[in-house]
Formats: sequence, structure tokens, C-alpha cells
Amino acid sequence: MIRLTINGSSVQVEPGSTVLEAARLYGIPIPTLCHDDGLSAYGACRMCVVELGVGHLVTSCNTRATEGMVVRTNSQRVARARRLLLELYVATSPQSKRIQDLASAMGVRECRYEAKNEDCIQCGLCVRMCAEQMMGGAIGFAGRGVSRRVARPFDQTSELCRQCGACLYICPVCELRCQASTADTALCSGCLNFSPSCFKTYDDAMCFLDPCHACELTGPFRADARTSRRAATTAR
Amino acid sequence: MSDHLCHVTDLEALERCAIHGRASLYPERIKIMVGMATCGRAAGAAEVLEAVHEEVEGKHLPYAVAETGCIGWCSQEPLLDVWVPGQPRVTYGRVKPGQVRDILAELPDPKTNLALAVMTGDDNALTGKRISYCNGGDGHVDGLKSYADLPLFKRQLRIVMRNCGIVDPASFEEYAARGGYRALWRALFSLTPREVLQEVLTSGLRGRGGAGFPTGRKWQAVCEAKGTPKYIICNADEGDPGAYMDRGVLEGDPHSVIEGMIIGGYTMGAHEGVIYVRDEYPLAVARLSEAILQAQRSDLLGKDILGSGFSFNISITKGAGAFVCGEETALIASIEGRVGEPRPRPPYPAEQGLWGKPTCINNVETWATVPVIVQRGGAWLSAIGTGKSKGTKVFSLVGNVTNTALIEVPMGTTLADVVNEIGGGVPAGRVCKAVQTGGPSGGCIPAAMLDLPVDYESLTQAGSIMGSGGMIVMDDHTCMVDIAKYFLGFLEDESCGKCFSCRVGTQRMKEIVDRISKGRGSEEDLKLLEDLAWLVGETSMCGLGQSAPNPVLTTLRYFRDEYLAHIREHRCPAKVCKELITYSIDPVTCNGCGACISLCSGTAILGEKNKLHTIEQAKCTKCGSCLETCKFDAVLVN
Repeated sequence: MIRLTINGSSVQVEPGSTVLEAARLYGIPIPTLCHDDGLSAYGACRMCVVELGVGHLVTSCNTRATEGMVVRTNSQRVARARRLLLELYVATSPQSKRIQDLASAMGVRECRYEAKNEDCIQCGLCVRMCAEQMMGGAIGFAGRGVSRRVARPFDQTSELCRQCGACLYICPVCELRCQASTADTALCSGCLNFSPSCFKTYDDAMCFLDPCHACELTGPFRADARTSRRAATTAR
Repeated sequence: MSDHLCHVTDLEALERCAIHGRASLYPERIKIMVGMATCGRAAGAAEVLEAVHEEVEGKHLPYAVAETGCIGWCSQEPLLDVWVPGQPRVTYGRVKPGQVRDILAELPDPKTNLALAVMTGDDNALTGKRISYCNGGDGHVDGLKSYADLPLFKRQLRIVMRNCGIVDPASFEEYAARGGYRALWRALFSLTPREVLQEVLTSGLRGRGGAGFPTGRKWQAVCEAKGTPKYIICNADEGDPGAYMDRGVLEGDPHSVIEGMIIGGYTMGAHEGVIYVRDEYPLAVARLSEAILQAQRSDLLGKDILGSGFSFNISITKGAGAFVCGEETALIASIEGRVGEPRPRPPYPAEQGLWGKPTCINNVETWATVPVIVQRGGAWLSAIGTGKSKGTKVFSLVGNVTNTALIEVPMGTTLADVVNEIGGGVPAGRVCKAVQTGGPSGGCIPAAMLDLPVDYESLTQAGSIMGSGGMIVMDDHTCMVDIAKYFLGFLEDESCGKCFSCRVGTQRMKEIVDRISKGRGSEEDLKLLEDLAWLVGETSMCGLGQSAPNPVLTTLRYFRDEYLAHIREHRCPAKVCKELITYSIDPVTCNGCGACISLCSGTAILGEKNKLHTIEQAKCTKCGSCLETCKFDAVLVN
């Protein structure tokens, strides 16, 4: 067994475990966007960064736990990095509920960038899902820098694609899309206001979405308001 | 040339090669040399060489004509050298094909009124010996300075570039004549691998690719790593804008790199080497391929080198032009045929590199230094330089500087010495504003800090990095916001794009800086820029992302007032940012010559001959051609 310290507690994990696995084994939450237990670690979303005492922050999903390692998963540095990252994520893909949820959970209260609605955050989950779980390999990354994107070979549907939809299923941006794209700010603080933008689009914003953390805590979606609102909708 | 290639089976055979080499290096007849590296060719050296050939062959002159690499005097390319036995080597600069006839006509008395300088001899860093060209005389030529007295060359110490601009890069014999492959001989037959390693450790040599990791320690790690086979890689994927040190060495002296790699292979027990060179350097690829072929045919590469029992071979992989492939793990991925994206370290390439085996990656310059360390001892190199930075470093000195040049100086030389003395300072009438070191990963050091010694620690402390050796001098006509925008534009294209923070972070930084340069920024943008720069540096995986904010951070640190002028006053102090400047014509000085009218691309200049011209602002594209062409300083920029 490997002994390491996470946030001051000494823990033991199997050799070969990653820092992320070690932390989750002991119930220490580390947010991720490009990680899935069934897929290989990729380290693209940078959300799971942790502090190892010296040097730059490292991604916990692809860093092996080593003997005597001292890990801090929620230091000021880490929290600041995550908040700034999420601000970028929100601006890139404001319609992703997963991202909006994480942002509000991490206390992101403003988005200083202009929203771009690029949607794809290039987490690579779909690419790995297709290759590793579906044994397809029908999509991959093309280009670099600004022109990097998830693409089909030669932009034509590959014969390897069985249209199984696993890529859609695993996408943190495609699933659970908030359709209220007309929000004034990229950050969904709609429910912190008294007239959330999504109400204009949907009669019942609760149709399939669970409320985000910010809404639950303070907004009109908080537990009591939710029941009364639902009752009102049913009555109508 | 390579016609009478020697088969090197023992030291005597190598000596025989060297004799052949000396005969072509210092022939007993007049020798004409043209600097035919890419820099020379770009300036028209090929035409000059052709003119020389025509003249020599046409008149059946008994002269030897040779090509050579880049001696580093870029501002004077194309360079032509005339060497009359027993006399100093006379260098002609900015030679036009039409002048060749004149220059050759006067021989054997060189036409010195056309010449730039004379070289009376040269110091060979490898052998430590000075070769005098002048039959014992001092080689003084009236009215001409000697290389040794030229500010450009006086402060230089050429170890890596010991043969550049002197030997014919296509000649194995000339390399041997300059003491080449003696270090390999010494390593193979007089030293054990452990002793070679000890010499490299003693030398204190640090990686010349930019990060400055101690070479000896890297070698030690590869020596100790378990797993066979082991690999040696030479990183020649030079991509920094304005940097061409590796190209200069590969095109001027490819054998020095090959010899270094063979010694490295012997030390670390590797039998295969790969040179990863970018395909945009076709001449470097050609020179290397030729040199490898020569070394193979001479038994210096291949099985049982020189009968020592040690086998080593080198192959070339051409990079397709991705900047990020200069990062070692991305480079390895690229050689293996995968997408050139970095992977997290550890495991370091020293443990798991090419094909998962222990691999030693060093830069071109590092490899070229190795033979000197073996030949002269690690202690000799470690006596040069500063406390933690030993030896010399090659820099490409470019930008607003009088002598654009490829130079090699001992570590610890101050930036002021490099820029003002070696480089001759910024052109007259201008003021030096900043020096950018380290390419897109480096930063801008303001003119006030030019007394900074050039070594790894000092540059890092100033917020920049040593980098691979690009050094861009900027004068007061340079806008630092514009510079930051330029480098961010480069990085946003060249980020591999895997890490979200690097890919999107560089794009957003560019967006913000672009906004500021257009006068639409706010002071909150500066805070955002700093936050973002911190984020990109902190959370990106590889060196590219971690150092990507440096151009922004250093310009913000040293030139914040310039950012503020763009934001608060909507003014570009250097008058560069197009959105913030207007061109107008001074009614007092304009004499209506009409020169600007014919050049104006947007037909924005109105007026008739001998009458006052005016610029129609709506049509003006702010290209600046009127400003450049006006001889009477009548075009004003505000």
C-alpha cells in the first residue's frame, strides 16, 4: 500500500492509484469534466488540479500517488485556479448545465468574458468513449490551437460509426442543455434574479433539469419555492 | 570535397583525412568562399556563387571556390571571402553578383576598398590552437579592421560555432582538419562511459534548448535507467520567431552535432540516434543527411565504430512545423507517428521516452558542445561563464539593431554588451526600448535593465527566460501592447490545444489585448489579463502553456503605462496600433511632390502636383507607406 497525505489526513491506497482515485476513495471531492472511470485519463479539462507543495499545479486524474506525497485538493491556489477556469468554461459553453452547476458550486459569481457559445470544450470524452468502450474509433481530434476540434475522418461519417450515440451520452455539454441562450450574462445566475431567463422559454423550467446549486440555496428554486411553483404549474 | 572520402579505420586514417581537409581548407592557391547558409541564400548568395563560378571557369582562373556556412554577420549577407595564401582572409559584405568580377580582377592583391574586414586567423575552440593565416605577419591591411578588433566579434567566444563560416559544411575532411572526431576517438579509446559522464557533469553544461536542465544529470538518469535499447534524440525543431541558432549550426557544421550524439550514445549505452529537424529547414536537412552519409561511409557511424566494438546510427525525422513538437514528449510522440501533443511527466523521457525506452533529448547546441567538453575537459568549459551557467550561448540578435547577427558569447555577458557593443546598438536616432529574449515563452526586458547578465537565473528573475536564444531588440517605435498581441497570436495558433486553459486561455488573452490595442479596453481588463495569465501558467501541462503568459506578464510589469495610455487616453505612444493613430499631412512642409499619392494603396491621398496634399481619413488604411516614402517629413502620425 502507498501512504500519502491528502489535505492533512494520511491515507493509504493501492499502488498504481491516481491521486484522483485516492481522494475519491476517501470521499474527498475533486471536480472533473474530462474524467470518466471507465475511460483512460486524459488531463485536458484541468479542473482536477491539485497542489503538490512545489511547482505548478498538476492534474490529479493522471498523476500517480506516490509514497509520502503531500496533496492539497482545495488550497487557495487550487480554488482560485478552478474558479478562473470555470469562468472560462462558462464563457465557452454557457448552455452546459454541468458547467453552470460546477461554477455556482465553486462560487463563481461573475463571468468577465463575452460568451462565445462554442459549446464543445474538447474534453475528449466522446473520442475516448468511442475508441475505448465502443471499440469504434470513428471520431478524433483534428488540427491544433485555434483550429483544433473533434472531427470525423476527412469530415465524412466513418464506416466505423455505428451511430450508437455513446458520444452524445457522455458529452458534458450536449446532455442537459439549458436552452435559454438569450441570457444577458453567460453565467446562469438567472435564478438569483427574480426573472430567470429560462422562464421566458419554458413554462416549467423544472421539466428535466435539476436546479443548480445557486438556485437551490438562494433562488426561487430553493426547496420551498420549488414546491409552491410546481403546485402552481399543476393547477394551471 | 567528398570525392576522396577517407575510410577511417584508425587514428592514422583520421589524420590522413585531416590532411586532405587542410588542403581544401587552407589551399596553396587562392580560395574564394561564399557564405551559403539559408541567411546568405536569402540575401542572394547563390547568385554571387554562380557569378564566382562563371568568372573562375570562364577565365580558367586557378582559384578554389568553396561554400561555407554562416559566420553570423547577417546584416552584411551575402558574404564573400577571398583568401590568398599567406595573407589575411578578406571579407566582402553585401556583395552583388556584378561586383564579383571587380573583386576577382585584382587578385592576388585583394580589392580592399570594397572589403569589410580581414580575418588574420582563427582560434579553434576544439583544439585550443590558433591558426594564423598570415605567414607569421600580423596581417595588417590599411583601412581595414581585423575581425578580432570588430566590436561584433571581439567579445565573442565561439565554441558551438567554432567551425561555422570557416569550413565547408559538406566536407567531412575539413571538419576532421579542424580537430573533428578526435573527441570521439578520445571517448571511445581513452575514456570509459562513466568518465565521459563525469566530464559532462564537471562542465556544468546546461541544456541549450531553453529550460537549462543540467545535461550531465540528464545523461546520468539515462545511464541509470533500466531498459534497452536506449535512444538519443537531437532536438532541432527550432520554432521561436526570430531565432535561428540551430539552423546556423546545422547548416554550418553538421558534423559537430553528429560527433556529440555519437559520444552521447557511447556514454549512455544507446545505439540509435534520431535528429528531429523541422522540414522548414530544407538546407539543414540536406546538410545533415549528407554529413550522416559521410560519417557512415567513413565508419564513424554504423557497426563497430572505428573498431571499438561500439555501434551507433543516426536517422533523421522531419517535423511538420508544429511549434509544440519542440517540447520533448510531443517530439517523441511525433517521431512515433502520433499526434504531437505533450504528455505529463513523470515518467520523464530519461525513464520512458521514445518507444517507451530510456531516451536522452538534447538540443543542437548542447550536442555540438559535447565534443569540446570531451576534448578539452569539463573543467575547461566550467571556467567559462557564471556561477550556475557555464560555457557559452548562441544568440540570434535581431530586430532594431545595427548588426543583426548570430553570435556566441560567454554566459554572464550583460545584455547591454550584447546589444550596444556587439550589436552596435539601435540605429541612429532611435532609442532602445526593450529586449525580448526566449521567444514566445520569454519576456520583454526593458532598456533600463540592460545591465542584466545573460544567464539562466538572471533572465528568469527578470520574468523572461534564456530560451533557445532568440534576442529581439526593440526601439521606441515598438508598441509593447502590439508585441504582446503578436506573441499571443503565435501561441494561440501553436498551442496543441489539449489543455483547456492553454487553448482557450491564449485565445482569450489575445482577445483582451486586441481590445486594448484598439482602444476599447478597460482597466478591469488588466486585472482580468493578470488573472488569466496566472491561470494559464499555473494549470497548463507543458512548458508551452506554462510560459505562454510571459510576454503578457513582462509587458504588463515593465510597460504598464503603455497599456494604460491605450485604455485611458485611447492613444498608442509608439504610434503603432492602427485603430489609435491617424495620418495627416503637414501643410507647411508638404511641397506637393506627389510621391505619396502614387504609393497610396487606398487612394486616400488627394491633391495635385505641386499643390498641398491631404489625406482622406475614411479611405486611409494606415499602411504607413506615405510616411516611409516622404522625404520631407511632411507626413504626421498622431
